[in-house]
Amino acid sequence: MKKVSFAHMGYSYLGFKQLVEDMGFEAVVPPSPSPATLDRGVTYAPEYACIPFKMVLGTYLEVLERGAEMIITSGGVGPCRAGLYGMMHERILRNLGFNFEIFIFDPPLTGLWPFFIKLRRILKAAGLSWLAFVDVVRRAWAKLKLLDELEQLATSIRPYELKRGETTRTFHSCLKIVDQARTLQELAAAREECRQLLQNIPRDTGRRPLKVGIVGEIYVLLEPFMNLEIEKTLGEMGVVTHRSIYLTQYTATDVLARGAQDVRQLAHPYLNQFVGGHGQNSVGETILYARNGFDGVIQLSPFTCIPEIVAKSILPRVSRDLGIPILSLTIDEQTGRAGVETRLEAFVDLLRQRREQMEARSNAALLPGY
Amino acid sequence: MALHIGFPRALIYYTHFPFWQAYFNRLGIEIVTSPLTTKAILDDGAREAVADACIPIKLYHGHVLTLKDKVDAIFIPRMVRTNKRATFCPKFLGLPDMVRATLAHLPPIIDLQVDAGRGLWGLWPTCRGLAELLGCSLWRAWSAYREGRHHQHAYQKLLLAGYLPLQAMAKLRGEAVEAPAREPGALKLAVLGYPYQVYDQYISLDIIGKLKKMGVNVWTMEMVHPARLYRLSSRLPKRLFWHFSNLVLGATYHYLQQGNIDGIIHVTAFGCGPDAMVDKIMELDIRKLSRGQLPFMSVSIDEQTGDAGITTRLEAFVDMLHQRRGNR
Repeated sequence: MKKVSFAHMGYSYLGFKQLVEDMGFEAVVPPSPSPATLDRGVTYAPEYACIPFKMVLGTYLEVLERGAEMIITSGGVGPCRAGLYGMMHERILRNLGFNFEIFIFDPPLTGLWPFFIKLRRILKAAGLSWLAFVDVVRRAWAKLKLLDELEQLATSIRPYELKRGETTRTFHSCLKIVDQARTLQELAAAREECRQLLQNIPRDTGRRPLKVGIVGEIYVLLEPFMNLEIEKTLGEMGVVTHRSIYLTQYTATDVLARGAQDVRQLAHPYLNQFVGGHGQNSVGETILYARNGFDGVIQLSPFTCIPEIVAKSILPRVSRDLGIPILSLTIDEQTGRAGVETRLEAFVDLLRQRREQMEARSNAALLPGY
Repeated sequence: MALHIGFPRALIYYTHFPFWQAYFNRLGIEIVTSPLTTKAILDDGAREAVADACIPIKLYHGHVLTLKDKVDAIFIPRMVRTNKRATFCPKFLGLPDMVRATLAHLPPIIDLQVDAGRGLWGLWPTCRGLAELLGCSLWRAWSAYREGRHHQHAYQKLLLAGYLPLQAMAKLRGEAVEAPAREPGALKLAVLGYPYQVYDQYISLDIIGKLKKMGVNVWTMEMVHPARLYRLSSRLPKRLFWHFSNLVLGATYHYLQQGNIDGIIHVTAFGCGPDAMVDKIMELDIRKLSRGQLPFMSVSIDEQTGDAGITTRLEAFVDMLHQRRGNR
């Protein structure tokens, strides 16, 4: 049986693991990213490549050493560099003497035929019919959707938890339950069970948490190790976070369709051009958060990420115009947890004071006649 | 009084300026370029621009600042594509928006899109838009467009003949410029990199001038026809997304094929996104295709880079090449 592996991105590895196993391959599950993985990636990656490139390279090195023979990954159409990462990873790894197969899937809309050919080759290797494959994909998709849903639920509950850290613990036990479920029925049952578990966390509903939106580049948003668990940290500080990107939603709007047009439309007064990656979305979503009454926005980007640099230079203007505080965090292999936490604490303090000030002013009034 | 439009002496200045100058002049508009880069211009740009940006983008902000109070409008075209096969780096795509959001109290910015990948008309749609904006008749715009193309062709021809961009522009203006001379028997080095990085004498620390002083014959990517560069760059399993990157890689393959040069120097900017890919591909492919025989040096420059450091590295590289020649 062929050993197949893939990149690690947030909790999606559970869905991809099932996809690969159901197709009849042996899945080499990528290890959770660790400083050691990152170090290995940094050793062989170009210096100015962004941190997702380095992390994924480190992951590939680890799975190849554990015997993976085939890697399945995504491509892209640019102008963000990520579209070339598959090709670059392949060249660097081959240069290091590894021997493996790699399948790089570009979004099907940019070329149905190459997509189809590649898929047929994989199915042939797996000995799977198209009909069976559709069923496999449907179940993996349901699992990915469930994972996103649970993550959203956990994020919305965390700021209210009575015992610090309980939501995160419960969420991790939910991941185990979801991992066990394979069929659609089992997934539905797992969904009920996990929702119950999360809903039953003792909460203080009297709190009035701040609301913060998180925008930025997809990999650092989705991978908790990369963003130093920003959602958990903020949640435990008593802040409700809303993340702009989830994997299934992104796949549905951007990979299989033409992209979230309404959000990009919002960005037009400030950035009237698609600049690749999530650059335009970051601007549009910040405007959306400001309109929806969020207290602040945090932009996460990898160091040297080109689209996010464009967004980062425009966001201060958005912040001034719409009166919403924005914190831009740039992440690279030197980023330390303590530094980020200090900045987050300072940002949250600022938001709190700002809210108090605005509330105090909201009952100021001029007497009639003045 | 004639309208004055500012054209910053950075980024596309080195590749497209002759076209735009001729076009605007023909319409009776005077083009004001910013002065040659100085430390003050770079410092101003670095202070204003977003910290993560690469040095050419920071420099561009600095050049815009020098033009700010002197002109009626600043021309910052949004360069999207000049052919069907590649776009520009995202920072070019967002350039007018970045400048507008970062710098305060600017004169109006003319940020028409240049997207020549859409039809067969090249720069004409942009020129037509400009004419509408400036209130010129279409007929005048057409003749100005023809004139611009004429100048651009002449410029390209000079580049292919071995003139460096600044010399070629001086020659087009009618100044006396020495014809490019090659010393027979001297070392031949290919200096590759984005034109706005290599030819800005301040931020490139005049690498080309320094090499010439050491008696080296310098070859650059402008000395090869762009069509050939594009053809060669398609050797990669997936073409790079960015225009200038394809040219640099194509030039790498061109000089590798020629086989008569002694070494390749890649000039890149700190934090340049596309160059993270280009530099690695160059490193791997030069080693593979020349079987480890062709020396390759990558020089990365930021606003802290010192002149003495670069001189030392260039001297060491050239000395090494001389020794190699002696040994053979």
